[in-house]
Amino acid sequence: MIQADLTIILPEILLSLYAIGALLGAVYTSKDKLGPLLVWLTAGVFVALAAWIGFSGAGTNVAFGGMFVDDAFSRFAKVAILLASAAVLMMSQEYMYRKGLLRFEYPVLVALSVVGMMVMVSAGDLMTLYMGLELQSLALYVVASLRRDSARSTEAGLKYFVLGALSSGLLLYGASLTYGFAGTTLFSGIIQTAVEGDVSIGLLFGLVFIIAGLAFKVSAVPFHMWTPDVYEGSPTPVTAFFATAPKIAAMGLFARVLHDAFGSLGSDGALIVDWSPIIALLSLVSMFLGAFAAIGQTNIKRLMAFSSIAHMGYALMGLAAGTVLGVQAMLVYMAIYVTMNIGTFAFILSMEKDGQAVTDIASLNQYAKREPGKALAMLVLLFSMAGVPPMVGFFGKLYVLRAAYDAGLAWLAIAGVIASVIGAYYYLRIVYYMYFGEEQDEALDTNKSPVLWVFLMGSAAIMVLGLVNLFGVEGAAAAAAATLVN
Amino acid sequence: MIGLEHYLTVAATLFVIGIFGLFVNRKNVIILLMSIELMLLAVNINLVAFSSFLGDLVGQVFTLFVLTVAAAEAAIGLAILVCFFRTRGTIAVEDVNVMKG
Repeated sequence: MIQADLTIILPEILLSLYAIGALLGAVYTSKDKLGPLLVWLTAGVFVALAAWIGFSGAGTNVAFGGMFVDDAFSRFAKVAILLASAAVLMMSQEYMYRKGLLRFEYPVLVALSVVGMMVMVSAGDLMTLYMGLELQSLALYVVASLRRDSARSTEAGLKYFVLGALSSGLLLYGASLTYGFAGTTLFSGIIQTAVEGDVSIGLLFGLVFIIAGLAFKVSAVPFHMWTPDVYEGSPTPVTAFFATAPKIAAMGLFARVLHDAFGSLGSDGALIVDWSPIIALLSLVSMFLGAFAAIGQTNIKRLMAFSSIAHMGYALMGLAAGTVLGVQAMLVYMAIYVTMNIGTFAFILSMEKDGQAVTDIASLNQYAKREPGKALAMLVLLFSMAGVPPMVGFFGKLYVLRAAYDAGLAWLAIAGVIASVIGAYYYLRIVYYMYFGEEQDEALDTNKSPVLWVFLMGSAAIMVLGLVNLFGVEGAAAAAAATLVN
Repeated sequence: MIGLEHYLTVAATLFVIGIFGLFVNRKNVIILLMSIELMLLAVNINLVAFSSFLGDLVGQVFTLFVLTVAAAEAAIGLAILVCFFRTRGTIAVEDVNVMKG
């Protein structure tokens, strides 16, 4: 019995053991000198685990009496999380090394937070959910304040910590109410209570608190206020990490809680009618605030923060639909979003002037004249983020809009189109600066990092080539969504 | 007779005090950390009360997990606060303002 359970969570166990081993090994040997090696090693471990989970997993396996679920949905999310984290680690190595930031703890902390994320998307119980979420968050708080001697970085860490702890508190209060009124912490038990028509006001309060706590983690409006500051203050590779893997994990957890614990079983709607309007509202305000607030930004990292808020709004739109198609659209959207963000952050990491990192958008004036290749790749990525048709980003948006429309949320789909048009302004403004901006004397350095170049070009190429068949992500997402929504 | 609702009322009151401590407090970051602890402890009261009421041990197991995580969270919070104090020389909430937002 225990043997079977342990086999199911073997990837998580191995990754934890690797993190502990790396920590001990580095402490007792040459410490920070091992940093670059550990970064590549950790990225390698992530890719190996992703391949293992992606190719070997089959069916739905439940461990520890339903507390841990390994199904197509969790495997999809885990592969995406592992690959995104590996990409960010590889991109950050050179930048952090040059800035003297590459302590050996960085890859170890990233590995631990990835364990937390993997537990999150596999949670089948409120306790598993909470432990996974906290493991991820605690590691991320530390990573945000990695640059210990910088006022901005420590302030970002402090703000992230206080607001993250508040959101964990809200989520936990919701979990305690849910436990009290459903009589169990198992998702399967909670949904059973709901299906038996025993939906008390206490259970609904619990649901609302849990949604509020999770909305913090995906930075949906009105729980988004930490995002711009944390994105701006953290070291750029850490910002790239925040914008990718934790977002997939939080959206995966969101979908899992809503469908596994508060979804419908059989034909009757159960609780979906209760939470769908809340998610729709979160989605609506996130899209519009993300679109409007980004317009006035001059710092590209702050701009990416608002961009991620808007993108989370679109992903939540898929969730608000409450259907199989909705979850599928959400997964496809997240996969595309993460790919675009990796490319964009590879570009932001290469923005430097005299060896100093620059984040001012105005420094991109006339960039296309000096580096036409990279400017073109960035143009493709920005068009894709704005949702301009030939790029893959457009199909991601089309998917969620169709899911929302099919689920009878036509007003939300229309609002999504309007918000996307408004949002296009600030993406296209960067393109304008790069191609038609004013001539300026101090040009950005020509950065020759091959790793960043590969990620930027690769991500841009995917945005164009992906429109053939989205690299099969669609089918995997459909299978994942089908196992989650019953 | 003290029933379940009394415990829930106390827990809800403590939780709200914790939230207000986070938002109203303008003085000291340490008080923010204390407010966070207060919120988590309110949740613990809730869980233990429900556990006793339902005759189900899971709530108390959950409480032990929450206590452990709260300790880890406090450790990390204080560590970040020490780094912040070293760079800025202050822990007043009003001074957490290098970035607007």
